[in-house]
Amino acid sequence: MSDLPRRDPRQEWIARNRLHPRHAEVLLAAGQGAASEWQGPNGLVRRNPHAIGFVGPNGVKRIDRSGTQQGAGGGGAMRPAAERKPLVEIEAPAFLVAVVPDMAGGRLSGHDRDLLGLARQLADADPVARGAVVAVIFGPHKETSFAEAGVDRLLHLDSPDVAGYAPEARLGALTLVEEAWAPRHWLLPDSKLGGGELGRRLAVRLGERPATSVWQVAADAEAVMGWQCTARGAAGSLDIRRPLSRVALALAECAEPVSETRHAATELALPQPLPSTLSRIQDLGQVSVDPSGVALSEAEFILSAGNGVKDWPGFHHAAEVLGATEGASRVAVDDGFMARDRQVGATGTWVTARVYVAVGISGAIQHLQGIQTCDKVVAINMDPGCDMIKRADLAVIGDATQILEALVTLVAQAREEKRDAA
Amino acid sequence: MQPEVTTMPALEVTVLVSVGRHPLTGRTRRADQDARGVELARSLADAQVRLLHAGMRDESSEAALRGYLGMGFTQLSLLEQPEGADVLPALAEALDATSPHLVIAGERAERGEGSGLLPYLLAERLGWPLVSGLAAVESVEDGVATLLQALPRGQRRRLKVRLPAIVTVDNAAPAPRQSAYGPARRGAFETTAGPVSDDEEWAAWQVQPARQRPKRLKIVKAASARDRFKAAAAKAEGGGGQVLTDVSPEQGAEAILMLLREEDVLR
Ligand SMILES: Cc1cc2nc3c(=O)[nH]c(=O)nc-3n(C[C@H](O)[C@H](O)[C@H](O)COP(=O)(O)OP(=O)(O)OC[C@H]3O[C@@H](n4cnc5c(N)ncnc54)[C@H](O)[C@@H]3O)c2cc1C
Repeated sequence: MSDLPRRDPRQEWIARNRLHPRHAEVLLAAGQGAASEWQGPNGLVRRNPHAIGFVGPNGVKRIDRSGTQQGAGGGGAMRPAAERKPLVEIEAPAFLVAVVPDMAGGRLSGHDRDLLGLARQLADADPVARGAVVAVIFGPHKETSFAEAGVDRLLHLDSPDVAGYAPEARLGALTLVEEAWAPRHWLLPDSKLGGGELGRRLAVRLGERPATSVWQVAADAEAVMGWQCTARGAAGSLDIRRPLSRVALALAECAEPVSETRHAATELALPQPLPSTLSRIQDLGQVSVDPSGVALSEAEFILSAGNGVKDWPGFHHAAEVLGATEGASRVAVDDGFMARDRQVGATGTWVTARVYVAVGISGAIQHLQGIQTCDKVVAINMDPGCDMIKRADLAVIGDATQILEALVTLVAQAREEKRDAA
Repeated sequence: MQPEVTTMPALEVTVLVSVGRHPLTGRTRRADQDARGVELARSLADAQVRLLHAGMRDESSEAALRGYLGMGFTQLSLLEQPEGADVLPALAEALDATSPHLVIAGERAERGEGSGLLPYLLAERLGWPLVSGLAAVESVEDGVATLLQALPRGQRRRLKVRLPAIVTVDNAAPAPRQSAYGPARRGAFETTAGPVSDDEEWAAWQVQPARQRPKRLKIVKAASARDRFKAAAAKAEGGGGQVLTDVSPEQGAEAILMLLREEDVLR
């Protein structure tokens, strides 16, 4: 049921017409009177303006001056957008669609969301027998919006065995999922980070021939699983139309992400604990690479300098200590402080960093265009009104030189403590 | 190829090479990742490198395969297969017979289905561990290889794997050397007939040149005109960020440090 207020024009008309025989009756039914208007002890009519009006569908308070008031009470903060989406719960799913998102940086990436959108498409195709989408995630995460991304069930496996690069242990876990629930579809992102590899391992283990680099899926009654897909082949130079296989590895933008509904995202647990596998591959951890050698367009962490940077040696030192790749605004490049290939923005490089720290950059539209896809933006600026602050997730108002100095000291201190402890 | 006088047993490496396709002209060439794999094998000390290809032998594929011979080899083992055959059984049998310590392959073929599944199938069939996306082999000692794996965003991860193993090569591996014309001409093919199995599924699929993928439109989904107007008129997106005014540089730095830690970008 929708909770939009419904209006009944006739009732409203009666309520406005004080001479109508049913006037009092209708007013009472509308629930008006008592709360917003009453007779005080001295015979004065008291009115409570907060009690009248109602909250419209968009969260704006409306006061109906016509005399009838639909839905008593009022005020109250607007509900957050997420809560206004209808909640879809699938109690007894006809089948399961398993998705193994990459969770790069502990969050659902855009690719993961597209994939969940595709999973919803597969699960909701038949309104009579709807399937449920199970997301299987490994290791610690920071994601809070599984429900909005379209996840019905969440299987979170967080044991030290499956942390880091552990394809064999993860494969073992997925085989357990297969044994326990036998999902009808397995969907993985065909990405470098893990989905591409894990999906191929899984397909080989299950003895399925997976559809790889899938970018389009359409219903087709004649196909084996009821779906036909289009996949890229031969280094992206061919389109292969084939029936969708049980295990599918899909490219980014394979479907629209879920945006209109909210799902339950109830936690699942494996019926039995993970077997401890003896891995033949040992992860020795990430190697520190020279951040200045990383291409700006694919750097993960960028410290970017603008016209507000006065102390250039200090800035370079900070980038080195933080292990960040250096970027710059056009002004810093034009003034000769930074190389041309470091320019971020419309006429420079479009960056995809997870964390972008803008030091003394005002946030001109040409610059903001270049950082559209950045996850977290930190601004250090003197001017609290500039556009970069509006874009930033964290803004610190103050002098860039001093703040960078303090940051370098803090980081160096923390490293020192760690070394002492070790 | 190399004199067998080394005191240590030589590391036997087999590189699986395929016929590539030039992305613009569509002509056959040595496949880029496979050539990188050959280069990687060449850079290993004490390695006995063998090239292995399963496929059809005709004029254009021979020209492409000679590109690998031109990287300093005298011969290439060729398992002859008809066009469109499934090369897995032939390769698995050949690897079983020679049992090398390390098998190097590219991540994906440049022709055919190009699903990148072959190394995984071989690994499962032979029961060997597989490591994907290699940038370098750092060392091989006592039957354990130390590898450098390429991660997205230019990052690297160090791994240890017990040999025998199959590895696939990433585009981040060192660029292959040029193919020298003379050795490429002189090199010989050592042809053997392997078991042939047809790939029926592939034959049943509809294959056509890739068409441009439609660009995703940015649709503003709003329930009302008011929301749509707000979305259209908004200048800077985001908003709702935390703004710290009137803080000392130390406090500001601390807040930034916290965010950097939370995002796990500090090493
Ligand atoms: C066609 C065209 C293309 C362009 N393309 C690009 C592009 O690709 N990339 C790009 O970056 N620009 C581009 N620009 C330029 C862009 O319009 C801006 O001029 C430029 O981005 C501004 O750079 P800025 O923020 O570093 O400098 P400013 O606008 O001068 O901003 C400096 C900021 O630093 C702050 N500040 C000053 N002192 C301090 C201090 N001590 N501590 C902290 N903060 C301080 C100030 O408050 C101010 O916000 C383009 C322009 C045009 C016309």
